[in-house]
Amino acid sequence: MAYKDEQLSEEKVFKDPVHRYVHVRDRVIWDLIAAPEFQRLRRIKQLGTTNLTFHGAEHSRFNHSLGVYEIVRRIINNFQDRPHWNKDERLLCLCAALLHDLGHGPFSHSFEKVFKLDHEYFTQQIILGDTKVNEILERVSVGFAQKVADVIAKTYEDKLVVSLISSQIDADRMDYLQRDAYFTGVSYGHFDMERILRVMRPIEDQVVIKSTGMHAVEDYIMSRYQMYWQVYFHPVTRSAEVILTKILHRAKYLYETKDFTFKLQPTHFVSFFKGKVDLADYLKLDEMVVHYYFQLWQEEDDEILRDLCERFMNRRLFKYVEFNPNLQMNEWMELYKLFQEAEIDPEYYLVVDSSSDLPYDFYRPGEEEERLPIHLLMPDGSLKELSRHSDIVESISGKKRTDHKLYFPKDRLNELKDQRLRTRIMEILYGQGAKVDVE
Amino acid sequence: MLNNHAKLIRFFSEANGITGRKKLQKMIYILQKCDIPFEEKYQFHFYGPYSEELTLRVEELCNLGFLQEEKEDKSNYYQYNYNITPAGTEFLNQFSMEMPDMTTKVAMLKEKSSRFLELVSTMFYFDDLPLQENIEKIHMVKPKQKYSNEEIEDAIRFMEELKQEGK
Repeated sequence: MAYKDEQLSEEKVFKDPVHRYVHVRDRVIWDLIAAPEFQRLRRIKQLGTTNLTFHGAEHSRFNHSLGVYEIVRRIINNFQDRPHWNKDERLLCLCAALLHDLGHGPFSHSFEKVFKLDHEYFTQQIILGDTKVNEILERVSVGFAQKVADVIAKTYEDKLVVSLISSQIDADRMDYLQRDAYFTGVSYGHFDMERILRVMRPIEDQVVIKSTGMHAVEDYIMSRYQMYWQVYFHPVTRSAEVILTKILHRAKYLYETKDFTFKLQPTHFVSFFKGKVDLADYLKLDEMVVHYYFQLWQEEDDEILRDLCERFMNRRLFKYVEFNPNLQMNEWMELYKLFQEAEIDPEYYLVVDSSSDLPYDFYRPGEEEERLPIHLLMPDGSLKELSRHSDIVESISGKKRTDHKLYFPKDRLNELKDQRLRTRIMEILYGQGAKVDVE
Repeated sequence: MLNNHAKLIRFFSEANGITGRKKLQKMIYILQKCDIPFEEKYQFHFYGPYSEELTLRVEELCNLGFLQEEKEDKSNYYQYNYNITPAGTEFLNQFSMEMPDMTTKVAMLKEKSSRFLELVSTMFYFDDLPLQENIEKIHMVKPKQKYSNEEIEDAIRFMEELKQEGK
């Protein structure tokens, strides 16, 4: 029997708190899960620093990847005999679902911002490079790895296949919304996925939703909206992310400073600092390694690096206030100077964070040919964009969804000896009559 | 602070108004490929390169009052038009920002249709491929657009003109 058709002698199942069970029968999938590049995802948390806000959020990209695979497996089972569905694409879909996040690194978002990296580039590198994953995929057939890479990059010719993994209502989002809700412990984020799977229909180049299933999709959009505000945009998580980003900037700066010597040579970070990260270096750095360095950097001679790492490891985070760059630009410039005067380096300790700095999106109907929206399949066979038919979705679409926050170490400000400086800074941050005593 | 926002306002200031989000998306991507240092992250989508980060940043600029967005109902869809506001101009004036001159490139792009810019941006997206493979890829990922050979030749010429501009 060809490797691509090989089945395990009996079905294997992974117990899963979100989908109850993840079912595996294909030898190829079983082998991919066992590959070191896939096992590495166990050491990368799905939600990065969110566990500092919601302590349950310790789940990994490994859990999520299995979840996405399971959802796609169920969708394909439902599509089996429907028109437009090409049964030959089954294994390709399952592999792409399983491997879609393979290139994520530790604290992906911060690392990508600071070191100008792209996890999607590394996903391609792992799938196409000299790796176990590539070896398995090429055993299926020559060129199969390239096909999987194309589906994940959304450049594969069959758009229907792509839309299962990546669209406005795809297996990726359906898994992470439910999984993140489960592990953070929040009560929103839940929706009737079984119902959505039942009303999904394949058409020529996308997956659409039978119009009778609109309310289930409304529920999904509402969950997505609530999760963004309550979990993903949480200001405390953003504070941790700000500190993490500043640690990486500081460590890079120190590495580039000729007269500074690390007590512990940052071997695993060197290629990141130099901007020349190859695949082998990339795969070696996971969150366990990062935590190890942060732990030891608390004893470095540099005061800023030491302090930022101590804050991150012990959850001594920055406080924040709402900030409007339009109305408060002059105040920000004054604050910047006051921080310098107080010898609190504003490059590291006065940070504006915007919602566009975060890697999540809301559902937007958009305009024609901007981005593919969610389409409802009407009884007459026509397609209607969801918000044109759903009052709930339309009302959410019109809401303001952006904000800016100013982060700073309030504990340091409270310790300032210079009363004039402290009072003025607090006045700007908290308004006239601000309390300036230690909390 | 807000450097990426300021770069976008500079773009809107030079463009003197943009009609359509699709056009905006493709223009910024093409400018990135011409070494104008916009930092919005792009991915390949159904209609070519698309940046969610850009969408959100533009929304932020509107909510801050730096850009004005007008929504036109075109019966089957909405079209969004953008103009810089006096507050946006004032914000820009407060920034001392080093950015390469993009005036001519912006004008060249603004003249073109969003369909043409979708083709150009997609060709830029696959510019690591040899030309013939790039063209084959265009037909493969955009079969519905049915780009003619003439349009593809125009796109290749236009990409060259853009690269030569300012050299």
